[in-house]
Amino acid sequence: MTALVIAEHDNQSIKGATLNTVTAALQAGGDVHVLVAGHNAGAAAAAAAQIAGVSKVIHADSEALAHGLAENVAAQVLAIAGAYSHIVFPATAGGKNAAPRVAAKLDVAQISEISKVISADTFERPIYAGNAIATVQSADATKVITVRTTGFDAAATTGGSAAVETIAAQADSGKSAFVGSEIAKSDRPELTAAKIIVSGGRALGSSEKFNEVLTPLADKLGAALGASRAAVDAGYAPNDWQVGQTGKIVAPSLYVACGISGAIQHLAGMKDSKVIVAINKDPEAPIFSVADYGLEADLFVAVPELISQL
Amino acid sequence: MKILVPVKRVVDYNVKVRVKSDNTGVDIANVKMSMNPFDEIAVEEAVRLKEKGVATEVIAVSCGVAQCQETLRTAMAIGADRAILVETPADLELQPLAVAKLLNALVAKEQPGLIILGKQAIDDDANQTGQMLAALADLPQATFASKVEVAGDKVNVTREIDGGLETLSLSIPAVITTDLRLNEPRYVTLPNIMKAKKKPLETVKPEDLGVDVAPRLKTLKVSEPPKRGAGVKVADVAALVNKLKTEAKVI
Repeated sequence: MTALVIAEHDNQSIKGATLNTVTAALQAGGDVHVLVAGHNAGAAAAAAAQIAGVSKVIHADSEALAHGLAENVAAQVLAIAGAYSHIVFPATAGGKNAAPRVAAKLDVAQISEISKVISADTFERPIYAGNAIATVQSADATKVITVRTTGFDAAATTGGSAAVETIAAQADSGKSAFVGSEIAKSDRPELTAAKIIVSGGRALGSSEKFNEVLTPLADKLGAALGASRAAVDAGYAPNDWQVGQTGKIVAPSLYVACGISGAIQHLAGMKDSKVIVAINKDPEAPIFSVADYGLEADLFVAVPELISQL
Repeated sequence: MKILVPVKRVVDYNVKVRVKSDNTGVDIANVKMSMNPFDEIAVEEAVRLKEKGVATEVIAVSCGVAQCQETLRTAMAIGADRAILVETPADLELQPLAVAKLLNALVAKEQPGLIILGKQAIDDDANQTGQMLAALADLPQATFASKVEVAGDKVNVTREIDGGLETLSLSIPAVITTDLRLNEPRYVTLPNIMKAKKKPLETVKPEDLGVDVAPRLKTLKVSEPPKRGAGVKVADVAALVNKLKTEAKVI
């Protein structure tokens, strides 16, 4: 049994989600290989070789793989899929994009967003926004899996000494092309990897207020910023800050929810956080039902006060 | 250009589901069912493309039990021109791979220029069907779309990805899956509901399409997630800071 982990990377370095995925792959059993499919991604491949528990890194490099186009990434995975019992992607935007293409071409079911490995063929995964946990068993020869990273610890970034094997890159599909991207540059920790998250809801009232009130708190705590769907829909925060069933799933040590009422779709994205703080002036807000510490207060008063006392 | 829009009938997003006491699934008897919210966005986008003159016909498709007809009527009330129901038995658990195969058979028959689907259904949260269909039909894909612009034989799609947005250019025919910010679906009006009742709705069976829909994953059990108890309310900011420092020790 050997599992292939598809690395999430930016060609220079390996993204954190890869590390949790390696842990899940190791639990499923057998050796773990990592595929780094990218462009000028030698540094990322070298970093992957250092990850504890990885026995081989496979590096495919071409311009067609520069932007993680699903068609090309899936073709690259399929070129080597025959050697593996498990093909494991992180449940990131990139992993969720490519994994089902691989599963469909192999004519196997995909097991999405596993949160626990029971055995080599049996896994737990949340359904209905995490309101139920399904235990599913796959009879397919190859298990194609995406991993909910909050369910697994990160593998150590050092301690491994895997060999890096270079393989030929698959040809470009020619059917899709990368035009451009707008990636916000930020010194903050990544939302899905942050130890502390400060998150805001519709009560903030405007993007100016969102920034003015929450940014200093995030700065003080060294936290990432998140938002509820209502705040994102209203334009107070960018879409990639959305925490919830259909946004980012997070599980930091501390989650500070400011002016978030706590719709089930939002709770689905953050209820595995270790400590949850809710600041809300509505005593009936559902967020209080999951908060370890609830503060019934006007956030525009409480948050500045919190900053001054930290 | 035709646009095919697959829609799924799911438990309404406002319903908090309960796990059955025998752990065989969630209890969906007598709960409100609706169109999957992402699919509603997909129908809206297809109808807007028709209103702009880009598309000539919008075909809604649903795979599932006979009651999916209601979901298809909703799609036609939003503005789809006709509908196809691939009817499956009530005791069959229809999984994404099977749905993708059914849709692939319909794509071969209808030859749409675009297939627009919701990025995930809010019941099984799988996020697979669109990508699987694209792979089976050998089509390019743009998932998690927040903007769609058709230009000649290409479609430019802006996608919501980790860290921001990216834009792809796909050759048509192509598969697109919708994210929340693509559009805000219109309210369905009574006259349009009446009109939708007269629009054609064709029913086919998986056998007619030559597709084996047997489930590939076996659900061994469905259980309640670990409960997270409510904590305490603190009196003021000072008490909160104190708790975080001395009790939770997270700062």
